[in-house]
Amino acid sequence: MFNPILGILASSGAVAGGSYESIATTTVGSGGTSSITFTDGGAWASYKHLQVRALVKSANSGSSFDVVNMTINSNNLTKNHYLYANGSSALAGVGGTNSVINVPTSGYTSVFAGAVIDILEFSSTTKNKTIRTLSGVDTNGAGELVLYSNLYAVNTNAITSLTFSISGVNIAQYSHFALYGIKD
Amino acid sequence: MAATYEPIATTTLASATDIITFSSIPSTYTDLVLIGNPKLSGSLDYKWYVNGDGSSGLYSQTRLVGNGSSASSGRTTGANVLYINANTPASGSVQTFIMNFQNYANTNVYKTVLVRYNDAGSETAARVALWRNTNAITSISISTDSSTFAVGSMFTLYGIKAA
Repeated sequence: MFNPILGILASSGAVAGGSYESIATTTVGSGGTSSITFTDGGAWASYKHLQVRALVKSANSGSSFDVVNMTINSNNLTKNHYLYANGSSALAGVGGTNSVINVPTSGYTSVFAGAVIDILEFSSTTKNKTIRTLSGVDTNGAGELVLYSNLYAVNTNAITSLTFSISGVNIAQYSHFALYGIKD
Repeated sequence: MAATYEPIATTTLASATDIITFSSIPSTYTDLVLIGNPKLSGSLDYKWYVNGDGSSGLYSQTRLVGNGSSASSGRTTGANVLYINANTPASGSVQTFIMNFQNYANTNVYKTVLVRYNDAGSETAARVALWRNTNAITSISISTDSSTFAVGSMFTLYGIKAA
């Protein structure tokens, strides 16, 4: 399916695969898109954990790095800690609460960031949710590698939607987000 | 119906060798995950490359390494191959590593690889690597600089298929 307005190629529907199944996928088309949202239409009920695997780029001009933010159920996340490396130094810190992936801008031709995001016990109604991410981009001369830990403590509601965006700029063409469910 | 996360090939060494190659990788998956659990017959470094390309200089990586006393970062550019370890493991030691090849068959993008590496005797590390080539990855090789991977070393390649 191709939606020329959003510039997204999207598909959904689980591919059977035992305890790890594909739920939905979005590939960004020409022109990019301002955000990508996965919404639970009932398909998530059979899973214990969620995993998002992504390949992402910012449509911003120049050669630098932007950050992909994630919101849950349309709410900002609560806390973020990270381990960060840029090729010359390594550091730990507290960052923007929604930050999950550091991505290259369009000046880095054909270069995309990779990310694996784990969202544990997403449907629990008694626990705050913890999200962990391994993400990174290398450009042959620059690069950023980040291990993020995010907390969602707005409430203990089940997670029913995930939205990814980059502040003030589109997610670039060929970016790819795939949502998987993991059963227990 | 096709499986979502399935083993493509696995090798548990019955004899020592200095190179493991997964070849003829189909393009039907979205991502690849390579899990390695090598045991070393000597104190050695080991490296990886794809599609038999060990001489183009198209590889680079950024790394985060913790060695038990401090964390550091480094970078490799214009390389012919990329090392999985930073500190040379001891002879007889066993490591674990997981490599994520994102969108490995997408011919519109350079290939980005996320690596997690653990050696209880020397380091824990994460790496992001780039192969500046838009060709689909059809083979992955892991090889040693010297000596061999010992009997019992295990390597498994998985494919993940998005809906």
